[in-house]
Amino acid sequence: MNLAAQLPVLPVVIPLVTAPIAMLLPNGRAPWAFATIVSWLTFAACAFLLQAVLGAGVISYELGDWRPPLGIEYRIDLANALVLFLVSGIAAVVFPFAYRSVQLEIDARQTSFFYCALLICLTGLLGVTITGDAFNVFVFLEISSLATYALVAMGARRDRRALTAAFNYLIMGTIGASFFVIGVGLLYQATGTLNMVDMHDKLVGQSSRVIDAGFAFIVVGIGLKLAMFPMHLWLPGAYTYAPSAVSAFLAATATKVAVYVMIRFIDTVFGFQFEFLGAAFTWVFLPLGLAGMFIASLVAVFQDDIKRMLAYSSVGQIGYMLLGLSFGTVEGLTASLVHIFNHALMKGALFMAVACVVLRAGSHSVKAFAGLAKRMPFTTWAFIISGMSLIGVPLTVGFISKWYLLQASFAAGHWYAGFLIVASSLIAVLYVGRIVELMLLREPAEDGPYAIPAKDAPLSMLIPMWFLVLANIYFGLHTELTGGIASRAAEALMFMAGGAS
Amino acid sequence: MQHLILKVTTKILFAPIIVFALYVQFHGDYGPGGGFQAGVIFAVAFILHAFCFGLEQTRKVIPLKALIIAMVVGVMFYAGTGVATMLLGGNFLGYDQIAPESTHHAGQHYGIILVEWGVGVAVASTMMTIFYLFTGREPDIDQEDW
Repeated sequence: MNLAAQLPVLPVVIPLVTAPIAMLLPNGRAPWAFATIVSWLTFAACAFLLQAVLGAGVISYELGDWRPPLGIEYRIDLANALVLFLVSGIAAVVFPFAYRSVQLEIDARQTSFFYCALLICLTGLLGVTITGDAFNVFVFLEISSLATYALVAMGARRDRRALTAAFNYLIMGTIGASFFVIGVGLLYQATGTLNMVDMHDKLVGQSSRVIDAGFAFIVVGIGLKLAMFPMHLWLPGAYTYAPSAVSAFLAATATKVAVYVMIRFIDTVFGFQFEFLGAAFTWVFLPLGLAGMFIASLVAVFQDDIKRMLAYSSVGQIGYMLLGLSFGTVEGLTASLVHIFNHALMKGALFMAVACVVLRAGSHSVKAFAGLAKRMPFTTWAFIISGMSLIGVPLTVGFISKWYLLQASFAAGHWYAGFLIVASSLIAVLYVGRIVELMLLREPAEDGPYAIPAKDAPLSMLIPMWFLVLANIYFGLHTELTGGIASRAAEALMFMAGGAS
Repeated sequence: MQHLILKVTTKILFAPIIVFALYVQFHGDYGPGGGFQAGVIFAVAFILHAFCFGLEQTRKVIPLKALIIAMVVGVMFYAGTGVATMLLGGNFLGYDQIAPESTHHAGQHYGIILVEWGVGVAVASTMMTIFYLFTGREPDIDQEDW
């Protein structure tokens, strides 16, 4: 076997082959240790892949030795290499983190199933990102989604509402996937191919109702999956009632991958003089992105459950990514890609901090956070630093995202969008500041259910969490990896879009 | 001796259903059929058995633990075929590597039979597991407490 030649398929094959083995391991520590090692191997494969793409440009892999466009092609360019690196990196941090949290929150008889589902979810997310085949996207999207529904429902041991949240997510996710597959079907009818690049080549110059309808179906379908503002209602419930480690993993990966799919379809498949696209940018992505930024952030201010607050904040942050996309420029796309990466870092760290609090206080209500600085200082400061990153304070990744986004909005001539970005960041100050005030200035509860002993989270959770928190600062100071790769990726995507028409 | 006719009919039908499942299974790479359909038909034989003899009797024939192992084996058969072709020097699921000297792509046939076999085992055991878990589930609220 030539390992270098097989590298492009390894990020999918490693977790896929090992997930069933995790199911056979005895409940307890073994499946966790196994899944952790697998996530590290997968991360290594993705890191090598990113390096290879940086050196060699686009890498194409023919699955089953069938030549594309007939066969399924794995096509890795800078954009998806970056997302692969991100998703597998988050997995490599969250999986070791999960042990104690899962031990508390999940039925002990389900641990091997839990880690199996987690690995399958990882397989799906990486598969969606890596593939260059439109139908294959649907297949992997379903693989990851089905695993996610099960993972969310496993939160039912602590709170039965996880079951309705998972069911809600199941219905909305399935509607989204159906819309997506109808859209792909219509495009297949118009072009006779499922390979994205080939589809693009055949769509250029065509214009018909079938293609318009296909585009609309795909945008709505993926819009549901990525929780685009008015279609986000499944997300707060799912993130709130899922086991904490699952919330951390999903918040940092699942919606990001869906945003990537949206970018991929808009810029690779529909990246040509397609009159619908301009209208979609102006009348769908721009207003909905802005509405999400404001309305979802405002809703977040009034939540008394931290996980729900962070979930609404995620919907708002997705608004930023859609806003960047809607400019239709290289700068805008760069800002979107940078924010995909950076938001994953901050939301992952924030949800991990909440998981630490849940471990000690047994609750993710606002009340459990009162006076936390005295009880769990390391967790508190992890929350504060990543919260500042969420707001966009300089020296953190959040600032880098906002900076790129501001530059893009002024360059695109949407100067008002620039002001709105700053204004919505102020709402983030409100909802993060509210919790910071609680943690730092209030006295901890002396008695009652929230009177928790002064004991920080165990090291097995603190180390991965602080790893992500420090990544928030590191990538805020060194933007070559994120900003550099993202702008090259955006240029490549837009060149393809502009070059072929 | 309740439902004697049903029990005898089930006993008569049981073996033909499984034979039919295997027929669909091995027919799969040339014509309509394949692992998914075969797996469902195979599971139907056991579900019919559970309907007529009760779940406890069927669990004695195939316990839940065996089904979980069978699910894993099915997936591993599929993925393992892919990994094997990788180890033989081809791409993932590149069946031609199984019989490289063949002039008429015999490897494609071997490969698809192996993969379909994995699909069949996985689907049959998953169907039965779902049936076991749904029918064997204790209601949360007792019927008396409504």
